[in-house]
Amino acid sequence: MRETTTTGTDGAGAAPRDAGARDAAAPRPARSHGAPSPAAGGAGRGRAGAAPAPSAAEERRRARRSRRYRRDVRWSPYAFVAPFFLVFGAFGLFPLLYTGWASLHRVSLTAPTDMEWAGLGNFTRLLGDEFFWNALGNTFSIGVLATVPQLLMALGLAHVMNYRLRGSTFFRVTMLAPYATSVAAATLVFVMLYGRDYGMINWALGAVGVDPVDWQNGTLSSQFAISTIVIWRWTGYNTLIYLAAMQAVPRDLYESAALDGASRWQQFTHVTIPSLRPTILFTVVVSTIGAMQLFGEPLLFSPGGSPAGGVDHQYQTLGLYLYEQGWVNLHLGRASAIAWAMFLILLLIAVVAAVVARRLRKSQ
Amino acid sequence: MSVLSPVDARKPRDPRDPREPRKGAAGRPRRRSRAAGAGGQFHGGRIAYLILAVVTAVSVFPLVWTAVAASRDNTRLAESPPPFWFGSNLPRNLEIAWHDANLGLAFLNTLVVAGSIALGTVLFGTLAGFAFAKLRFRFRTALLLLTIGTMMVPPQLSVVPLFMAIAELQWTNRLPAVVLPTLVSAFGVFFMRQYLVRALPGELVEAARVDGANSLRVVWHVVFPVARPAMAVLGMLTFVMAWNDFFWPIIALTQQNPTVQVALTGLGRGYIPDQSVIMAGALLGTLPLLLVLAVFGRQIVGGIMQGAVKG
Repeated sequence: MRETTTTGTDGAGAAPRDAGARDAAAPRPARSHGAPSPAAGGAGRGRAGAAPAPSAAEERRRARRSRRYRRDVRWSPYAFVAPFFLVFGAFGLFPLLYTGWASLHRVSLTAPTDMEWAGLGNFTRLLGDEFFWNALGNTFSIGVLATVPQLLMALGLAHVMNYRLRGSTFFRVTMLAPYATSVAAATLVFVMLYGRDYGMINWALGAVGVDPVDWQNGTLSSQFAISTIVIWRWTGYNTLIYLAAMQAVPRDLYESAALDGASRWQQFTHVTIPSLRPTILFTVVVSTIGAMQLFGEPLLFSPGGSPAGGVDHQYQTLGLYLYEQGWVNLHLGRASAIAWAMFLILLLIAVVAAVVARRLRKSQ
Repeated sequence: MSVLSPVDARKPRDPRDPREPRKGAAGRPRRRSRAAGAGGQFHGGRIAYLILAVVTAVSVFPLVWTAVAASRDNTRLAESPPPFWFGSNLPRNLEIAWHDANLGLAFLNTLVVAGSIALGTVLFGTLAGFAFAKLRFRFRTALLLLTIGTMMVPPQLSVVPLFMAIAELQWTNRLPAVVLPTLVSAFGVFFMRQYLVRALPGELVEAARVDGANSLRVVWHVVFPVARPAMAVLGMLTFVMAWNDFFWPIIALTQQNPTVQVALTGLGRGYIPDQSVIMAGALLGTLPLLLVLAVFGRQIVGGIMQGAVKG
């Protein structure tokens, strides 16, 4: 191995490429923190090989470089994570905690800096607030309607795509077209498709003899319609995630299963699904978080984009209710309380999921 | 031979060569999918293709129909059966949507916002991801856990204080209000860390150090070249997410200075909303990303799948 040396930490122009030439002229010890060579007798820190006795100036320079080197190794990791944590702390962590603080106050949107202590008032008020429970129920039902079929379909599709296929890249990319479509654009289109009088979906239903459905005003129908927007946008994405996990399943597992006489379906249920368990858990968690904060779809599903979530609040989600309380009714304190309620519910779900996951692992 | 030279030799042509990351990012998923063809033990039958054809149709249909509706007029859209083929009104509707929704400004704003966010996420994510993957420092595990943990926190939890802050700073309606809160992401750090843990041999960093490179040089000459495929993928994923971000921009911005998503919500708010114009706006707002997908589709697919296996 050739010793490549540069002028050290401050050598701006000295790329290792031209180091070879200098190498020959003045072989300098490399700064490895490996064991000192026997020639240096352990005293000359970081010297390699039998270097000629250095002059005093050389020695000082080396000591300086070595100090600089140690400082660099010691502190550079912090410098690398610092920009992230500075921005993250200011715009992620601090607001998170401050929301908790604000939820204990009466704060108006018109004068956000005038905070009046309210204790747990915002939270106790939520407990007796029928709109909160309504929004929570809607969030839950839309979440289930959107997540369960979505993940099941994604699983099945991933299985199909795990066959040897021609044009698999084409299918994968077109599947992502809905993912690349924004919430706003997707919802505007689906609102038209779900139109009661002139929408394509009611027209198609009419063609097979089904009466037109009032997608806006029914509770189940509107929630179903909103769920299909979510399903449309995210199924392809989840399919790719499952597909990646399926491709990581070792092939010999299938081979031995086939040798044992397992059918394709049995291979799917006995090999694929168990191997995918962590990935499935991951997608369930991510989808649950996504469902909890559902906002754009129900907002734009109503004509004109109102956060009321329909005339009877039949599809008002927690995200919409938070927005309505904060930015329509101007109660930022209440909005904060709703935000923390959402967070606590998510934590609860996470704990339940962790317990379930542990049970599953034990039962295996 | 110097350990540095293989990496360093690539340096002069790499950073500015746009084909390079594409090749790098594309190579991996393609290779993997071929290997997976072997892992997926059967050839797809007719039913598989039939299912995929249906899925493709369902994925694409709403987008195509957006264009169909955008090429008609409001009266035609209020008739049954709905139109199935293109009309002649597309240029007119696009023009009205462009002016009514302030889309020119919206595009410019969104480009600036999504571009800065993608840049910030990739740059800071790579630096922090490298530190978490390959360097030793105190609190490393704790900080990483903190980062991962907050990935799960919904953005609703920070809107109220953020809103108070931008009201205080009088940043309402200004782009920094939208850029700064999402300039870095925990996901970005985690994504880059997962990639670098595997892709960057510790010996390479060590060797660069032996060769006398300080940390900045290590990052520039070793980490960035190795991380480039993942950086490209993270950049594209972040760009798509930032372009489509909805919740915070609609709170922080108004129709006077909108992003595309904010501008689109304004389209439907007239007394008698012209549906064909709304569809034209939706079409315009979606086209740029569909273009990105058409060009970098393979890389984006690869990025999502890579993140899935390692995440």
